[in-house]
Amino acid sequence: MTAVEDVGPLLQVRDLRRYYPIRKGVIARTVGQVRAVDGVSFDVYPGETVGIVGESGCGKSTTGRAVVRLEAPTAGSVLFDGTDIATLSPARMRRLRTELQMVFQDPYSSLNPQIRIGDLLAEPLIAHKRLDRAGARAKAAEMLATVGLPKLSLDRYPHELSGGMRQRVGIARALMLEPRLIVCDEPVSALDVSIQAQVLNLLKDLQGEFGLTYVFISHGLGAIKYISDRIVVMYLGKVMETATTAEIFARPRHPYTEILLDAYPEPDPRLRDRERIIVEGDVPSPANPPPGCVFHTRCPYAQDICRAEAPPLNAAGGARHQVACHFPLAQEAS
Amino acid sequence: MSVTPPVTASTLLRVDGLRTEFTTDQGPVTPVDGVGFTVAAGETLCLVGESGSGKSVSALSIMGLLAGNGRVTEGSVMFEGQDLAGLPEPELRRIRGHAIAMIFQEPMTSLNPVLTIGDQLAETMILHLGLTKAEARQRAIELLEKVGIPRAGAVVDDHPHRLSGGMRQRVMIAMALSCRPKLIIADEPTTALDVTIQAQILRLMRELSAETGTATIFITHDLGVVAEMADRVAVMYAGQVVEETDVYTLFDQPKHPYTVALLKSIPHITTPAGDRLTPISGSVPSLLHLPTGCRFRERCPHAMDRCATELPELRPLGGGVGEGEHSVRCWLYDETGTAVPA
Ligand SMILES: Nc1ncnc2c1ncn2[C@@H]1O[C@H](COP(=O)(O)OP(=O)(O)OP(=O)(O)O)[C@@H](O)[C@H]1O
Ligand SMILES: Nc1ncnc2c1ncn2[C@@H]1O[C@H](COP(=O)(O)OP(=O)(O)OP(=O)(O)O)[C@@H](O)[C@H]1O
Ligand code: SF4
Ligand SMILES: [Mg+2]
Ligand SMILES: [Mg+2]
Repeated sequence: MTAVEDVGPLLQVRDLRRYYPIRKGVIARTVGQVRAVDGVSFDVYPGETVGIVGESGCGKSTTGRAVVRLEAPTAGSVLFDGTDIATLSPARMRRLRTELQMVFQDPYSSLNPQIRIGDLLAEPLIAHKRLDRAGARAKAAEMLATVGLPKLSLDRYPHELSGGMRQRVGIARALMLEPRLIVCDEPVSALDVSIQAQVLNLLKDLQGEFGLTYVFISHGLGAIKYISDRIVVMYLGKVMETATTAEIFARPRHPYTEILLDAYPEPDPRLRDRERIIVEGDVPSPANPPPGCVFHTRCPYAQDICRAEAPPLNAAGGARHQVACHFPLAQEAS
Repeated sequence: MSVTPPVTASTLLRVDGLRTEFTTDQGPVTPVDGVGFTVAAGETLCLVGESGSGKSVSALSIMGLLAGNGRVTEGSVMFEGQDLAGLPEPELRRIRGHAIAMIFQEPMTSLNPVLTIGDQLAETMILHLGLTKAEARQRAIELLEKVGIPRAGAVVDDHPHRLSGGMRQRVMIAMALSCRPKLIIADEPTTALDVTIQAQILRLMRELSAETGTATIFITHDLGVVAEMADRVAVMYAGQVVEETDVYTLFDQPKHPYTVALLKSIPHITTPAGDRLTPISGSVPSLLHLPTGCRFRERCPHAMDRCATELPELRPLGGGVGEGEHSVRCWLYDETGTAVPA
C-alpha cells in the first residue's frame, strides 16, 4: 500500500527527545543522562507502514512508546492528526487513547495471565466505548475470527495458547478500539521462525481491511522490508536516514545504512562471499554519545568535520529521502 | 567457497540415532529422539532448528554435559573412532578440555567473573598443554590478538564484565581455540549480538576455521547465518534431524516439506516488493503431545495416511549408503530413497 501524499501526514514526530536520568547512591542523585532518543523526526502518512530499524538500544522502543504516549517525552512534539500529544493533558489523552494502540514484542508478558482472552478483549470496549458486557464479548468473538483464532479461545487463559496465538490476541486487543495508528514493537521477534510469516501476513491483511497506519519496529531487516512502505534508520538515539523501502535497499545514502544492509545475513549461500563492509568496534553508550556525528567512531568515511559537527537530517535526492551525513554516499545504485 | 569434503576417512564425528531423555515432574520427556549427522575434519556443520527443537540438548549430549535429570538412552557419538556416549566422566573431561571445545550463547555464564581474562585462558592451557604460567600468559595475549581484541596486552588483565558482548564472545572463541581442538561446538554464539557485531564474529570464525582447520558444529535458528557459515546443514524439527545435506543443495533443492516450507516463509531482503510470504500453518508440537507418525504431519501439505501411523527414518536419497550425502526423514521418499509419485 502506498501513502496518499496529498492528504498530509497522520503523525508528525518533531525533534523528539527522551532522556533517562542515571542515578547513583542511596539518595539516588542524578549523575548523568541516557539519551535514549535524541532529536528524532519523521512523518507517517495515513494508510502506510513506516518501519523503524536499528540495533539494540538505539531508541526504537522509546520512540514507539512516546508516539502512543505511554511515556511523555523530555522534549519535542508528536503531532497526531494535528494535536500535539506530547503535551496533552491526561484527560484529553484518554479520549485520544482509542486512536493510538501498541502491540508489544513479548506476547507472554504483555497479556495478564489471570484474565480470560474474552475479557481481556472486551475490557477496553467497556471502559472506553461504554458497551455492555454482552455487546463487548460479541465484538471480541468477532475480532478473534478476524485475527484467525478459534472462537473457543474466548474462554482460554493466555498460557493455554501458543506464542503465535498469543501474538494474535495482542493484535486483536490493539484492534478492539478501532484505532487509526498502531505501533508494533518487534511483534514477531519472540515468535518461532515458522510462524512469523503468519503474523506478518495478518498485519498486512488487517491494514488493507481497516485502513490502518503502522509504525513497525524491528531489528530484523527481512521483516522490515517485507512490511514497510518507508523506513527510518536509527543509530544511538538519532535518525540516520529515512526513505522509501525501495530507495533504502537500492540506494542507501548513509554509511551506517550501507553497513547495516551488508551485515545482514541473507538466507542465500551464494551471497556469502560478496564484497561487503564490516565495521569494527562497538556501538558507543547513549549515556556518553560521541561528539559530532554519533556514527563517526565506526564510520569508514569519517573526516575531521564528522568528529566536530553533528550533521543535520537533510533532503538527499527528493524531499522524502533524508540523510544525516556530511558525506552521503553517491546516488547511483550500489 | 566451500566444497563438500570427500566422505570416509576424514569423518571426525558421527552422531547416530541419538536419544536423550529427561525426568521431569510431568514424567519423562525426550527432547532429542533421532538426531544423526556427520562432521568431517575441518568442515562446518550447522545444526538449525526452531526454539525447543533440541539443538542445545543435542550439543550437551555430545559433550556429556547434560543436567542431572538427563541422560542419553540410545545412539552413538563416534569421535575419532571412539564412542563418547559410553565414556566415563574423567575421560570425557579430558576430551572436552582438549579435543572438543564449546562456545555458548551467553558468554557471561561460562566466564568466571572474578578471574582475569588472562588467568582463565591460562588455566586450561596449563592444565591441558602443560605450559608454564609465563608461557600461558604469553600465548593468552597472542590468542586475544588473533581473535581481534584491540590492546590485547591490557585486556588480558581485565575482568569479563569490563568487556562488551562482542568482545566477550571473542574471548570465548580464544578460549575455545586455546588447546587447539579438532572440533568446536558453538551454540548460538551470535544470537545475543547486534547484526553489525554478529557480522564481525561470523567473519572471524570463518577465517579462524580456514586457518586452523578446526571443524565446527554451529548451532543457530537463523537460516541467514546458516547460509553464511555452513558447509553442511542438519535441519532439526521437534527433536529429530529431518534433513541433512550440503548448504547449496539445502537452499537450492530442499527435500523435506518442513525445510521447503520454512524457506518460503522467511522474508529475504532480495524478495521483490509485493511478493507475499507463504506461512506454515499451525505451530510446533509440544514435547508432551507429539503427534503419532511423522512429527511434521499436522502442518505438512503433503501428509498421507502412512504419515499418521509410521515415523519415517532419516534415509539417504537415491538409495545411496555413504555419508556426505543428502538424507531426508519423509515418506515422500521410499526405502530406496526415490520420490514416491503423488
Ligand atoms: N526506563 C528506562 N530507564 C533508563 N534507561 C532506559 C529506559 N528505557 C530505555 N532505556 C535506555 O535507552 C536506550 C534506548 O532503549 P530502547 O529500549 O528504546 O532501545 P531499542 O532500540 O528498542 O533496543 P532493542 O532493540 O534492544 O529493543 C537504551 O540504552 C536503554 O538502556
Ligand atoms: N534439564 C532439562 N529438563 C527437562 N527438559 C529439558 C531440560 N533441558 C532442556 N529441556 C527441554 O528440551 C527441549 C529442547 O531444548 P533445547 O534447549 O535443546 O532447544 P533448542 O533447540 O536449543 O532451543 P533454543 O533455540 O530455544 O535454544 C525443550 O523443550 C526444553 O524445555
Ligand atoms: S557524517 Fe561522517 S562519520 Fe557520520 S556517517 Fe557520514 S561520513 Fe560517516
Ligand atoms: Mg526495543
Ligand atoms: Mg538452545
